[in-house]
Amino acid sequence: MPIQLTVAVLLILSAIGYWIGRQRAMSVSGGRVASLHSVPNYYGSFVAVWAGIPALLLVLFFLMLKGPVIEMLVLGAMSPDAVLSWAKASISPNDFQALSTAGIAGADALAETQRNLMMINIRNLATGQERFVNPAVVDALLPAAQHMQHLEATSRWSLFAICMAIAAGALFITHRKITPQFRARNNVERVVTWGLIVCSVIAILTTVGIVLSLLFESMRFFARVSPVEFLFGLQWSPQTAIRADQVGASGAFGAIPLFTGTLLIATVAMAVALPLGLLSAIYLSEYAPRRVRDTVKPVLEILAGIPTVVYGFFAILTVAPFVRDMGVALGLPVSSNSALAAGIVMGIMIVPFVSSLSDDVINAVPQSLRDGSYGLGATRSETIRQVILPAALPGIVGAFLLAVSRAIGETMIVVMAAGMAANLTFNPLDAVTTVTVQIAALLTGDQEFESAKTLSAFALGFVLFFATLALNVVALRVVQKYREKYD
Amino acid sequence: MTDIVANPIAANTGFHRTEAAEKRLRRRYAAEQRFKIYGIIAITLAIGMLVLLLFTILRNGVTAFQQTAIQLEVTLDPAVIDPKGTGNPADWDRAAFQDLVHDALYKEFPDVSRGDRRELRRMISPVAGVFLGNQVLKDPSMLGQTVSVWLPASDPINQIVKGRIDRELPEANRPVSDQQLAWLDQLRERGDSKTIFNSTFFTASDSNYPELAGLWGSVVGSIFTLAVTLVLALPIGVAAAVYLEEFAPKNKFTDLIEVNINNLAAVPSIVFGLLGLAVFLNFFGMPRSAPLVGGMVIALMSLPTIIIASRAALKAVPPSIREAALGMGASKLQTVWHHVLPLAMPGILTGTIIAMAQALGETAPLLMIGMNAFVTAPPTGLLSSSSVLPVQIYIWADAPERGFVELTSAAIMILLIFLITMNGIAIYLRKKFERRW
Amino acid sequence: MEAMTMSQTVDPGAAAAGKIVKMSSRGTKVFYGEKRALHGIDVDIYRNEVLALIGPSGCGKSTFLRTLNRMNDTIDICRVEGKLMLDDQDIYDPKLDVVQLRARVGMVFQKPNPFPKSIYENIIYGPKLHGLATRKDEFDAIVEASLQRAGLWNEVKDRLLEPGTGLSGGQQQRLCIARAIAVSPEVILMDEPCSALDPIATAHIEELIDELRENFTIVIVTHNMQQAARVSQRTAFFHLGDLVEVGETEDIFTNPRDERTQGYITGRYG
Repeated sequence: MPIQLTVAVLLILSAIGYWIGRQRAMSVSGGRVASLHSVPNYYGSFVAVWAGIPALLLVLFFLMLKGPVIEMLVLGAMSPDAVLSWAKASISPNDFQALSTAGIAGADALAETQRNLMMINIRNLATGQERFVNPAVVDALLPAAQHMQHLEATSRWSLFAICMAIAAGALFITHRKITPQFRARNNVERVVTWGLIVCSVIAILTTVGIVLSLLFESMRFFARVSPVEFLFGLQWSPQTAIRADQVGASGAFGAIPLFTGTLLIATVAMAVALPLGLLSAIYLSEYAPRRVRDTVKPVLEILAGIPTVVYGFFAILTVAPFVRDMGVALGLPVSSNSALAAGIVMGIMIVPFVSSLSDDVINAVPQSLRDGSYGLGATRSETIRQVILPAALPGIVGAFLLAVSRAIGETMIVVMAAGMAANLTFNPLDAVTTVTVQIAALLTGDQEFESAKTLSAFALGFVLFFATLALNVVALRVVQKYREKYD
Repeated sequence: MTDIVANPIAANTGFHRTEAAEKRLRRRYAAEQRFKIYGIIAITLAIGMLVLLLFTILRNGVTAFQQTAIQLEVTLDPAVIDPKGTGNPADWDRAAFQDLVHDALYKEFPDVSRGDRRELRRMISPVAGVFLGNQVLKDPSMLGQTVSVWLPASDPINQIVKGRIDRELPEANRPVSDQQLAWLDQLRERGDSKTIFNSTFFTASDSNYPELAGLWGSVVGSIFTLAVTLVLALPIGVAAAVYLEEFAPKNKFTDLIEVNINNLAAVPSIVFGLLGLAVFLNFFGMPRSAPLVGGMVIALMSLPTIIIASRAALKAVPPSIREAALGMGASKLQTVWHHVLPLAMPGILTGTIIAMAQALGETAPLLMIGMNAFVTAPPTGLLSSSSVLPVQIYIWADAPERGFVELTSAAIMILLIFLITMNGIAIYLRKKFERRW
Repeated sequence: MEAMTMSQTVDPGAAAAGKIVKMSSRGTKVFYGEKRALHGIDVDIYRNEVLALIGPSGCGKSTFLRTLNRMNDTIDICRVEGKLMLDDQDIYDPKLDVVQLRARVGMVFQKPNPFPKSIYENIIYGPKLHGLATRKDEFDAIVEASLQRAGLWNEVKDRLLEPGTGLSGGQQQRLCIARAIAVSPEVILMDEPCSALDPIATAHIEELIDELRENFTIVIVTHNMQQAARVSQRTAFFHLGDLVEVGETEDIFTNPRDERTQGYITGRYG
C-alpha cells in the first residue's frame, strides 16, 4: 500500500465529504436555504476539512518519524551473530578484534559510524538494491532486511487503516452535527485561522531548526575537538585519518586562519563597496538630475540581481588574472587566487546593497537641515560632508554592518575565487580561505559521516550564523534608532 | 579680519565681497567639483564593472553555440556493430562506433603512417562514436552502408577553429600540433570541416566531454526545484502574510514571528544548506541531490522575501475596502478572501516572481544537499538525482578542459536570460496593475 | 541708483524720508512647473528696517521670501522671472554666485533646525565655511558675540559643547538666529520664525528682531498680525500670489487701502 494511494483516497473522501455536507445542509433546511446559519458550501467545507485534515496530518507525522523508528526496531532485533559477521567483512581488523573480544549483545556495540554503514547496507538490501552491497555480508543482513521490509509493509497498511478510520469517523460525526443552527462558517474559519497561524509559525520553526541542527552537530564536534582549540587554534587542516593506525593525519581544527581569511576578504570587499556605494548614493540623491537617477539606479540594481556563481566565474576568468598580471608588472608575488581578487568582486556585488541602503538613509535626513546649511551659504558638497553625512552617520554605520554581514556570509564567490589553504596572513595578495569556503569544501563531494572533519563544518556554520545574526541585530537596531530620530 | 573679530556681527562690512572672499570661494567651488567628480567616478566604476562582466560572458559564451564538425565516410559494418547478429540495438557494441570513426579517419588520410595515427585520432572527438551511434539508432537502415556524416571535432581542434586558441603560438604552447593544423587545413580545403550549430548544448545533460555536455538536464532540474519552491513558498508565505497583516493581535508572539522573519531574510544562504543537510537528509533520511529537497530548502529561504512583499501588498489595500465588506456583514475571513487578497494579488505575484528569480540563481545551499552530483540525464521525478542551472555553471567553471570555459559562459547567458525574463515580467506586472488609491 | 529711482514708483514717501534701498523686486514671477505662484511683485526693502510679509496661507509670501536668497534653486521645477536686486547686484544674474548671495542674505526657518552638532559648532559652521576666522580665539569671539546678540549667551555659555538639538524650542530658534548672524549677513530673512514656539519664547524672539534692526535689514514672514504690528516698520500684504499693498505698518493696520487687506486684518478670512 503506497503512501501516495493513502493520500489520494483521503483526498477523495474529503471531496465526498464536501458533497455530503452540502446535501445534508440542504435537506435539514427543508429547502429554505436562508434558514441555515451559514451558506451550504460552508457545511460542505466543514465536513471536508474534518474528514481530510486530521488524517493527512497523521500521514505527515508518519512520514517524518517512520524512518528513524523502523531503523531503531530493526537494529534492536538484530542478533549479535549477524552484527559480528557483518563487522568481520566491513570494519578494520583492529576494530573487529576489539569488538569481538568485548563480547557484544547486539548492534548497540557498534560505533555510530559503523552502525550507519550497516544500516545503509540493510536498507539497500531491503529496497532490492543488492548490487550496492558487499556480497560477503548479504547472508548476515538478509534477516534484518526482511524484517525491515515486513515493518515497512505493516506500517503502511496500519497507516492506511487508521487514516480510513479517522476519516470515516469524522465524516460520521460531522454529518450528524449539521443542523440549521450549526455555525459551520465559524467552525471552518477557525480551522483556516489556525492554518494561517501555523504558516506564520514556520518562520520560527525554521530559525529553531537552524539553531538546533547547528547546535547538535556542533556539540558532537566539540565532543571530539575542544572548543578552545577550535576558537583559538592557529592551525587548520581537517584531514583526519581514515584508519586509526594511519600516521601523521590527526587533523587540526584551529579556526583562527579561517576567521582572519574571512575578515581579510570582507575588508577588501568593504574597501571597494563602501566608497563606491556611498559615493554613488550621494551623487544620485544629491546631484544627479532626475533622468540620470531614473536610469542609473535600475542599472546598479542589475548588479544585485546577478547570481553570485556568475560573479565567481567572473572573478576566476577576468579579475584574478588581471590582479596577478598587475602584481607581476609591479614585481609583487600575487597568488593566483588572491584575497584581493575575490574581495574586489565581492565588493562589486555589494555595491548596490550599500548604495540603496545609504540612499534610504540620506533621504531620511530632513530637508530642513539641508535648507539650514544652504541658507548659511554652504555649497552642496559642504552641506553633504558637514551636515548630511554626520547626521546620517548612524544609518550609514547600520548599512555598513549589514553589508559586512553579507560579505562574510557570501559563499560562491569565495568558493570559486579564493583559496583552500588556511594561511594565517593579512596580506591581500596571498591566498586565504574563508569559513564559507571550508563549509562548502567539507560537505561537498565524498564525505565520511560522523567524522570530526564533516562535523567541523557545522561548528563553522554555527559561528557564521551567530556572527551574522549579531551583526544584523545590531545593525537593525542602529538603523531603527536613527529612523526614530527623524520621524 | 581683526575688524570682524572685534565686531563679528557688524553687518554690511562688505566682507563677502572682498578679494579674499572671492579667492576662497573659488577654492570652495573647486572642492565642490572634485566631490561631484568622485561620485561620477564611483558610478562609472560600478557600471563599468557590470559592463565588463557582461562583455566577458558574452565574448566567451557566443562561440559555445557553434561546434566544429568533420565530415567522414563511415562504413557501418554490421559485423562490428552487432557482433551477436541479433539485430536488437540493445546488443550492439556501442564502443565499436568509435573504432569505425577512427577507421574512417584513417581512410580520409591514407598517407598517415601507423605511428602518426594516434595524433590523427586526436582530431576527432573521443565521443564522436556516441554521436554516430545515436544517428544509427534513429535510422537503423544505415547499417551495412557507407555513409557520410558530420561528427564533432576534438575540443582542441574546436577551440583552434573558433580562434579561442591562437594558432600562431609556438607549437609547445598550444594543445594542437603543427601536423594536426596541417590536417585541419586540408580538411577545410576539401570542405570536410565546418562549424555547425551546437544543438547538443540545448538537448544534452552534463558530460566530461565538452562536445557532449549540455544544459537540458540542469534546466529541467531547475524547473523541478523551482516548482517545489513555488508550491511550498507561495501559499505558506501568503498565508503567513495574511495572518500577520490582517488577523494577528499585537503581542509578544507576533513580535517574535516578525523578528524571526526579518532575521531569516539576512541569514547566509549556506546556513540554509546546513539546515537542509542536517534535517532533511540526515534526520528525515530524504535522498541527496533531489529537486524535492532542493526546492524545500530554497522555499525556506524565499519565505521571508515573499512574506515581506505580500505584507506590503496587503498593506497597500486601503482600509475603506475592508470596512465596506465588513459593513455588508461579511466575516473577516470572507473580507480578506473575497476583497483584500484579489486586490493585493498583483503585488504578491510581483514579489513572488522576484523571489523565484533569486531562487533560480541560488547555488551554495544546493551544494550542501548534494545537487552538485555528476548527473548525465535530466531528472525524471522529484526524487531523482539532478543538478540545477547555477550549480551546473559552478561545476563547469571548475572543469579543466578549455571547452568548458565557453560552455560556462553560455550557460551563464542562458541563466541571465531566464532572470531578465522573470524580472521583466515582474516589472510589467507592477506597471500594469499599479494602482493609486 | 537705478534702484532708488525705481523705488519711487512704489513708495515715494520713503525716498523722501532718506531711506536707502537694500533690496528691490520688480515684476517678480515664480512658477512651479506650469503653475504660477507669484504674479509679479514690486516692492522695495530698506536698509535697517523690518519688513513684514503677511497674508493668508498659500498667498506666496514664503515663496517670495525664498526668492530673495534663491533658496528656491533647490527645488528642481521652480522658475523665477523678473528683476530682483541686492544693492546694485541682480540676484538672478547667472554670473552671481548663489553661495556668496546666501552668505549676504541669511535665513531663519519656520522650524528651528539646528545641526546635530554642538552649540559651538553650530555657530562656527558658517564662519568656517566663509573663512571669516581662522584661529581658535577668533572663533570663540564670534561664538560669544553671536550668542550675546541672539540673547542666548547667558543660558548656554556653560554648555557650548552640548548638542544644539538638546535646547528648548525657543532656544533652538535663537541658536539658529545666532548661527545666521555669525556669518555677518547684510539681510536676514525669517520665515515664520515663531510659529513653532510658545508665547514667552515668541516674545524673546520679537525683542531680538527689534534689536537686530540696528545692524541688519530684516524681512519676516508671519501669519500673526499682532506680531507684524509689533516688530515691523513696514508691512506687505500678499493675496493669491499678488502683492495687494505695501506701506508703513501703522497705515496698513489702521487705514488699509484695499478691501482685501481690510478683510484680512479684521479677521474675515485668513
